[in-house]
Amino acid sequence: MSAAPAAVQEARRPPGRLGGGGRAPHPDPTALTPLRGLPLVPAVGLIGVFLVGPILYCIWSAFTDMALTGAAGYHFVGLDNFTRAFTSAEFGQSVLYTVFFTVVSAIIGQNVLGMALALLMRKGNAVVRALVSAVVIGAWVMPEVVAGYLWSAFLGTDGSLNHVLTGLGFAPQNLLYTTPIVAVSIANIWRGTAFSMLVYSAALSEVPKEIEEAAVVDGAGTWRTLISVTLPMLRRSIATNLMLITLQTLSVFGLIWTMTKGGPSNKSTTLPLYAYQQAFQFSQLGYGTALALLLLLVGGAFSLVYLRTLRLGDTP
Amino acid sequence: MSTWSGVVGEKWSQRTTRHSRALTSRHRLRGKGAVNGALLFVALCYLAPLAWLLLAAFDTAAGPSVAWPKQWSLDNFRAILTEDTTFRPMLNGLVLCGGATLVTLVCAVLAAYPLSRYRSRLKHPFLMTVLFMTGLPITAIMVPVYGLFVQVNLIDTISGTILFMATTALPISIWLAKNFMDSVPAELEEAAWTDGASRMQGLRRVVLPLMWPGLAVVALYTFIGLWGNFFVPFVLLLSNDNLPASVGIYTFFAQYAEVIYGQLAAYSLLYSLPAVLLYLGLSRRLGGAFTFGGGVKG
Repeated sequence: MSAAPAAVQEARRPPGRLGGGGRAPHPDPTALTPLRGLPLVPAVGLIGVFLVGPILYCIWSAFTDMALTGAAGYHFVGLDNFTRAFTSAEFGQSVLYTVFFTVVSAIIGQNVLGMALALLMRKGNAVVRALVSAVVIGAWVMPEVVAGYLWSAFLGTDGSLNHVLTGLGFAPQNLLYTTPIVAVSIANIWRGTAFSMLVYSAALSEVPKEIEEAAVVDGAGTWRTLISVTLPMLRRSIATNLMLITLQTLSVFGLIWTMTKGGPSNKSTTLPLYAYQQAFQFSQLGYGTALALLLLLVGGAFSLVYLRTLRLGDTP
Repeated sequence: MSTWSGVVGEKWSQRTTRHSRALTSRHRLRGKGAVNGALLFVALCYLAPLAWLLLAAFDTAAGPSVAWPKQWSLDNFRAILTEDTTFRPMLNGLVLCGGATLVTLVCAVLAAYPLSRYRSRLKHPFLMTVLFMTGLPITAIMVPVYGLFVQVNLIDTISGTILFMATTALPISIWLAKNFMDSVPAELEEAAWTDGASRMQGLRRVVLPLMWPGLAVVALYTFIGLWGNFFVPFVLLLSNDNLPASVGIYTFFAQYAEVIYGQLAAYSLLYSLPAVLLYLGLSRRLGGAFTFGGGVKG
């Protein structure tokens, strides 16, 4: 969620214009003192202590057998935590669930539904449009814990979905037990689509109407115009949005925790939940931080790619 | 949370509506019906879980399924409106998120000033680092943060949690504040200097009043994000007396074997309300902030 505004500025910036930096600094009338960087100190201090500090601590303790209880002593264990992770079936399973969760709920669900909504909203009736954006954005503003409870109630054995299904003559489902990862993915699509919708609405508003109209005049149908004209022009917004929703989805915790706690039998344990369980429920802080470090590396890699897509846009 | 895009989208759509009205034909009308139908279907899917929240909150006999209350009542609210269940967690949440928002805002504005007004070789790498940090998954560092907080004795303290929460919001706030500050013309500030104001006075008296709509956006955006955050307080705060609403709702309902759905819905409604109301206020404000930021930058 945190990286959204950059994406929006990204999305609404007309193609080819310089961005990211703002205006050039004006010639400075007063003398420049070495103290001019002083106002940066509080921010840099906080980031250094509470963001860079934990990351360094994470890198270091990932190589130890630190335990949560009894700070009596710990040893440097080299790569043991990592070999343990890569040979553990549980870890492999949680990676698979994380990939499934990210691909299904973010890259397919939120992204495609967000784009579809943004496209449909251009043609929709004003009242319908207002209603749709109100409920979609409403779902997004809901705290994640509340979204978790709403969906556990909705998908539960005695929930609304089963009432509808049995009413229509279908067999009742129990997604929360049979395929909990699908259940949390649905909830995450419900909660997160608004972000993609807003990014794509902003991006679409920058597409010159004349180009699409020209395609229609040349005889292109709706789908053809969409695939050959509109979507290619949104390339950069799509790349940026995919990067951001991937980052957001990688770090989803509260939603899954309130819905399933990673269960039953770990069938919805994504990496953040696995790291949490290992560190706090099984008191293995060293192993837990090693898992956290792996997640951080994946996130960092995505963040770098995101930066690159932004910077590529800077060169006209 | 990017709302100004919504504003643009809306203006744009108004234009489209006018445009397509001119081109109306029967084929187009049928397409329009399908579009509206599809949109309404999505709205219905979105509404189903939300409808449960609204109805169950006023129904003491509520189950997990959507049902029209046989008797509307405020008993669910009466049951949860106690100090331990609602008032203290809400107040804690307010202190935590409000405090963190304030710290973020002050630090971000101070940091934005040199980044916006001075030229330096380090500026670009610094901004890139800030932008990189906005993408880091905070969830990943909670385990090491816990370890660190235990070692420096900040665990289960409101102040430590405020500082950490403020830091998580800081990278994006610096980025936004810098962009908003860029859009305040430097000439206005220079006029204040010739009248004898110092740089910090210029910032306080000239720049800040001009960028306050932007700052309001950053503040509300930060607050809403933190208000919904579950994991950070869940890990860093331990005693019941310190827990904010996001964790309070979880611990309260986890202690019963059987979920009292009506009360859960009532609590969820109360807890969501500040975020929803602030968001509504924010999207009103955004019109002005957006044209301001966009207009000057051209």
